Amino acid sequence: MTDEKKMKIISSISLTIISTITLLPILLIIIASFTSEKALIANGYSFLPKELSLDAYYYMLKQGRIIGRAYGITIIVTLFGTLGSVLITAMLAYPMSRKSFKYRNILAFFVFFTMLFNGGIVSSYIMWSNFFHIKNTIWALIFPNYFVTAFNVFLVRNYYLNNIPDSIIESAQIDGASEMKIFWKIVFPLSVPTVATISLFTALIYWNDWVNGLYYITNPDYYGIQNLLIKIMNNIQFLKSGSSSFLGTGNVDLPGTSVRMAMAVIGILPIMIIYPFVQKHFIKGVVVGAVKG
Amino acid sequence: MINKNERTKKERIKKRKELANTSSLLVIALPGIIYLLINNYLPMFGVFLAFKDYNYIDGVFKSPWNGLKNFEYLFKQDAFMIIRNTLLYNLTFIVLGTIVAISLAILMHELGSSKRVKFFQSSLLLPNLFSWVVVGFIGFAFLNSDTGFINNTVIELFGLEKVAWYSEAKYWPVILTLVYLWKMMGFHSIIYMASIAGIDQGIYEAAQIDGASKWVQIKSITLPMLKPTIVILSLMAVGRIFYSDFGLFYQVPMNSGAIFETTQTIDTYVYRGLMELNDVGMSAAAGLYQSLVGFIVVITANAIVRKVNNENALF
Repeated sequence: MTDEKKMKIISSISLTIISTITLLPILLIIIASFTSEKALIANGYSFLPKELSLDAYYYMLKQGRIIGRAYGITIIVTLFGTLGSVLITAMLAYPMSRKSFKYRNILAFFVFFTMLFNGGIVSSYIMWSNFFHIKNTIWALIFPNYFVTAFNVFLVRNYYLNNIPDSIIESAQIDGASEMKIFWKIVFPLSVPTVATISLFTALIYWNDWVNGLYYITNPDYYGIQNLLIKIMNNIQFLKSGSSSFLGTGNVDLPGTSVRMAMAVIGILPIMIIYPFVQKHFIKGVVVGAVKG
Repeated sequence: MINKNERTKKERIKKRKELANTSSLLVIALPGIIYLLINNYLPMFGVFLAFKDYNYIDGVFKSPWNGLKNFEYLFKQDAFMIIRNTLLYNLTFIVLGTIVAISLAILMHELGSSKRVKFFQSSLLLPNLFSWVVVGFIGFAFLNSDTGFINNTVIELFGLEKVAWYSEAKYWPVILTLVYLWKMMGFHSIIYMASIAGIDQGIYEAAQIDGASKWVQIKSITLPMLKPTIVILSLMAVGRIFYSDFGLFYQVPMNSGAIFETTQTIDTYVYRGLMELNDVGMSAAAGLYQSLVGFIVVITANAIVRKVNNENALF
């Protein structure tokens, strides 16, 4: 028993230390965003700043139009990307789960092969930009790469295989329901738990995505929040290296050092707000994904 | 009358097996099929770009062929460095990542299922929810030479000399490994925790009765029982050993050319060739190399998984 207690104390202490170390970097950027520019230039980013200030956030309010627009684009992309992705994923997964479906194995292999081999980013990029002309459109932020992934398709298919008994489908058929109706009215509603998990992860991927923006968006009007962050990081460095013409002349009072961190805080704010409410599902999702996927 | 009706219905259900309407089901699957055809299959035919001297004026089909020249240049110049970096980082991540994740999982499991465990789990998982862009910002807050936390506070505290982190290649293997662990350890420890929770508690009880200490229990029950999970997860990671996390290697080093020696991987190389240097042919060659070798490795890894434990094989 004492051994058990000792182990509990050791675990408790070491986990407290590790968790604190994990959270400190996040704390640093939050504190930095509330530090005055003067203190930052004198002492650097610090956990115990000499002088606090809201200048960075005031400055961002003044730039509200740009930030608001990027936020709006990210929200639209996350919303429609997730919705479309989850629907089409479930629709692809369902026939693969029907034991009497003739092409079920061919379809499964068709989906699975995409996990084994890919044509590479170069041909993918040239295809999307030269043949489908999605550069500088909102589609570029939704379609390439993540929209339907084999991983998610198999996750949903396995759920259907294990949780939707054949008898439900049979009796619906006897009542004369069409395949489409069976899927929409019976199967899809039954798969809400898995669909919710996938939605959560897909939404996170869309919210955090910057790679599609990096490849396909050159017009700042279509920047989502992540690509705006990249732009701001580069631009302030650009200012520092001496050429201030890039942003115009009104930059003398730009509190660049703190604004940069305030932008990062704005970027993670929605995640920090939503996380406490969904963490349970999130943790469950990680386990399900690892076991079944 | 009602009774009879019900009976015949039941009989019909018994006789009849669910029959799929092939064309309706195909229609349901169609949007997904079309998407995968476009996004995943169409680019596979584009691999011939690796054998072309691509230029934007002539385009995909009219650019002249140049045989294996792209590969020759690639292997004369940067191939060794980018392949070495990709493989060494991945190996380090697999080994250290597994050790750290299992240690954390054991510590959390020992605490039982209290509210505190939930808090630790959530805290450790939090960095996993941030984009690599934000992680790049956090790295910048620590490492930039003028206002970074390390140069201003830590270095000063120990009376050392300031370091220009973003131009000193030798530090980056350590930095990138730390960042990787910070972002991923919570995620992986949750998987191992679930695996530990699945171990039969009776074994521990029996060991306790025999007077085995906690340490002995961990060493001779937990770790051996985790072996299948460790083997499977590691092999799956090995299957992707030629792929690196683009975000980690592109965002965290801030695209600094001075440290490419230790931060350039196949994925960042392909990106820079395509988007920054306009060397499409070379970029395509590196990408094709990655796809082909990656394909061979994943098939091999799966064959081994199948031998170890058939149930966990991917295919």
